[in-house]
Amino acid sequence: MRVELNVNGEDWALDVEPADVLLDVLREKTGVKSPKIGCERGDCGSCTVLMDGKTVRSCLVLAVESDRHVITTVEGIGRERLSQLQDFFISNNSFQCGFCAPGIVLSASELLELNPQPTREDVQEALAGNLCRCTGYEPIIEAILAASREESS
Amino acid sequence: MTTTFPFEADAGAEDLKSVGTPEVRIDGLDKVSGAAQFVDDIDFGPNLLHGAVVESPHAYARIISIDTTKAEQVEGVVRIVTGKDFPYKFGLYMEDRYIFAQDHVRFVGEQVAGVIARTHRAALQAAKLVEVEYEVLEPLLDPMAAAAPDADLIHPDLAEYTHVPWFFPKSETNIAHWRKIRKGDTDKAFSEADFVLEDTYNVPRYAHCAIEPHVTVSRLDHAGRLTVWSASQSPHTQRHLFAEALAPLGFTHKDVRVITPYVGGGFGGKAGVSMEIIGVAMATTVKGHPVKVRFTREQEFYNTYQRQGVVAELKVGVKNDGTITAVEHKLYWDAGAYVEYGANVVNAAGLSATGPYRVPNISNDSLCVYTNLPPGGPYRGFGYSEFHFGLESHMDRIAEAIGMDPVEFRRKNAIVEGDELSYGGHMNPSGLIEAIDKTAEAIDWGVEEESDNPNTVIGKGMALFWKAPAMPPNASSASFLKFNEDGSVNITVSGMELGQGYLTVMAQIASEVLSVPVEKIRVETPDTDRNPYEWQTVASHVTWSSGLAVEKAAIEAREKIFEVVEQAYNFEDDTLYLEDEHVKSTTSRDFVLPLADFVIDGIQLDDGTWRGGPIVASGKFMPEFTNANSDPETGQGGHPNVHYTVGATGVVVEVDKETGRIWVRKAVLAVDAGRAINPDLVKGQITGGLVQGLATVLYEDMRFDENGRLLNPNFTDYKIPTAFDIPDEMIPIIVEVPQPDGPFGARGVGEHTMIAAAPVIANAIYDAFGVRIKTMPLTQERVAMAIRGES
Repeated sequence: MRVELNVNGEDWALDVEPADVLLDVLREKTGVKSPKIGCERGDCGSCTVLMDGKTVRSCLVLAVESDRHVITTVEGIGRERLSQLQDFFISNNSFQCGFCAPGIVLSASELLELNPQPTREDVQEALAGNLCRCTGYEPIIEAILAASREESS
Repeated sequence: MTTTFPFEADAGAEDLKSVGTPEVRIDGLDKVSGAAQFVDDIDFGPNLLHGAVVESPHAYARIISIDTTKAEQVEGVVRIVTGKDFPYKFGLYMEDRYIFAQDHVRFVGEQVAGVIARTHRAALQAAKLVEVEYEVLEPLLDPMAAAAPDADLIHPDLAEYTHVPWFFPKSETNIAHWRKIRKGDTDKAFSEADFVLEDTYNVPRYAHCAIEPHVTVSRLDHAGRLTVWSASQSPHTQRHLFAEALAPLGFTHKDVRVITPYVGGGFGGKAGVSMEIIGVAMATTVKGHPVKVRFTREQEFYNTYQRQGVVAELKVGVKNDGTITAVEHKLYWDAGAYVEYGANVVNAAGLSATGPYRVPNISNDSLCVYTNLPPGGPYRGFGYSEFHFGLESHMDRIAEAIGMDPVEFRRKNAIVEGDELSYGGHMNPSGLIEAIDKTAEAIDWGVEEESDNPNTVIGKGMALFWKAPAMPPNASSASFLKFNEDGSVNITVSGMELGQGYLTVMAQIASEVLSVPVEKIRVETPDTDRNPYEWQTVASHVTWSSGLAVEKAAIEAREKIFEVVEQAYNFEDDTLYLEDEHVKSTTSRDFVLPLADFVIDGIQLDDGTWRGGPIVASGKFMPEFTNANSDPETGQGGHPNVHYTVGATGVVVEVDKETGRIWVRKAVLAVDAGRAINPDLVKGQITGGLVQGLATVLYEDMRFDENGRLLNPNFTDYKIPTAFDIPDEMIPIIVEVPQPDGPFGARGVGEHTMIAAAPVIANAIYDAFGVRIKTMPLTQERVAMAIRGES
């Protein structure tokens, strides 16, 4: 089956199997490796991507469902220059191993897009689908709140 | 009495520029931009093959036959291998494991065969079609039953296994190692004690749950070169074990190359060798093809190392004034089917099972018991998290029984510099008392708090922790350092960046010595062909050990820089120093020479000739003051531990009286880092370790059925913390009493931050309700039932 999709601003036409999931197609056929394989059942959020600006777990999206949609991964977020949020993640030493980072950057970007002035609880809720085993989340939450304060000032 | 150290590092150095500052991680941009490459992100081209594992459905069985006929017919299958192809044993501390099962399987999930296919899907499909006939045997799932003298033997050949000299297996039993400590006279001390408390505590198994699954890609090329890309904490140890286990195939160490890019979390689970050898073995049968084996999340749970369970029988004697006089600690470890790594967890716990207290009379027995559950192994805390649950619960109980405040009781007995350790050595400098006081203050210890909510009760708890790196006495680190044309620096080491910030800390240490800013220092992840030796990134030892190797390399480079400048400009010895990337002189104020001017090209003399050349250096460190030789019956005589890192944890919890739900309102952790090379990264270890530790006591728990099958091998049923499940407030406190032999005084903190999380919650629940829960985890259900007086 043939699907046409836009990944980080580039158009792709790809042959896929009916059972292929978007995660594998992104990684194997477009070479975009930031969405990670963590659990393959939607629990961990490492495979999070934006589909038309909304977060989805790409391990649970069939490749055929992405036909004629726009996919953004973390490579697409910071393509020209890093977003302010990414800068805060760096300066705050938010991540440790970094395996969850691509997914968390996208979930947090979506949050700030929809809700530029989130409360701590809003941030916790937005991140609740992205598991991080290293950080205890605190330095990630702090960076997102700092980025939102910077945005408003 | 204090220990003297043969190598005096800059423990007390002042006026530091980079060390001690919260530098931004040098891998931050890689990780936030998506550039960070993990093993599974590397492309290998069209001849990449995929491996899948055929696993035992039984906890204990004899293999009667393996029929691969149907599986071979699956389109895309290239080869199927079994234990017959690889009759080789391996193991880190004890060689008790086979690459693929031979005649028996000893846990549910054990690898029986491997399928190599052109696609991942074909490999999985064919693995399901491999037909294995078993004679099912009665599994031993309980360590107490397995330790009984008449128990069936899981490893009848135990006596013949090769192992390190500090293990003491008991042949004709399931006890693979028995660490004993006998010091003083416990019988006399207990009979003379004013109060003795004896009880048993239970700790189940836990899973590491690094978000990146284990994955390897292995390739034997047509020239006989074996290269392994591995998500590992231990590249050199992996190379060593691969070369040793596959020596019958003609490999030597120089033929084996292990490359370890960024790793997506380890926590001990990616230390040593576990699943990696399966892929390596498979690859040797399909020359020229890289073979990828990536574990599923389910396999992560049941066929990589698990944290061992333990039954802890503890007896402590005290005087009425609160002085601890004796500790007797019996630890029965559920070590699983193979203990090649896990037996050293047992050993480490046995050496230190008194906790951070001054105890004159000690009897520790730490028994490594084979069971038919998955292999136990290293997990952040390395046995200490497990025994601290009972120990630190017990300390609260004793304090209450003799009418003493638990914090005061701990202060009184806290081990201090020079106190004798269980094995006869002496305690290193330590800020334990400061950690206790600051933690107590941060939770307003002694001030009772009432909840505004009539349905909830507030409780407070305190617990202490300590831990020493558990390593062979000759575990060592090395580093190479070279300057580039622009005065920037490349450093190679073989410690792993697991997320802790190791690369950044190594850069800071070199930066301090060379006056080169961290932004101009690149430290790369290892490749065993090019990077110098490192034992493993475990034991919270790399900041200390690898840090010393980097400091020595930087000092050597600095000496070479001074040597060439002295020679070229006729300076006296010891008159030069480095500042802001320049060589300067104490005798000639106008002399300022940028490093970039000469660290590659050298310095031209008046006669037109040149002096110097590329500045390169190396450094190594081995703790030459340790030895693991001790009397097997008493544990006395050796010096197995290099030093201990200590600290304290305190919590304020709010608990629902009806449902037993616990909210951690405040969690405080003070750790003595010796010197925080990067305080931001130490704080990162504190928040991360606290949350990981709190999860082990609040809800995580591996549940097995009566046949030894894991019931919850996924993130839905084995819940790990989300962003919602963290304390309302976390207060990291860094204590800095320098480690005399540490780089700028530093010692490790990574594992320590989760060690006291379990008992501190148990103590807070007692404070709130007067009920003592002695089995982990303290689930909502267990707490609710305890409050109601049901068990």
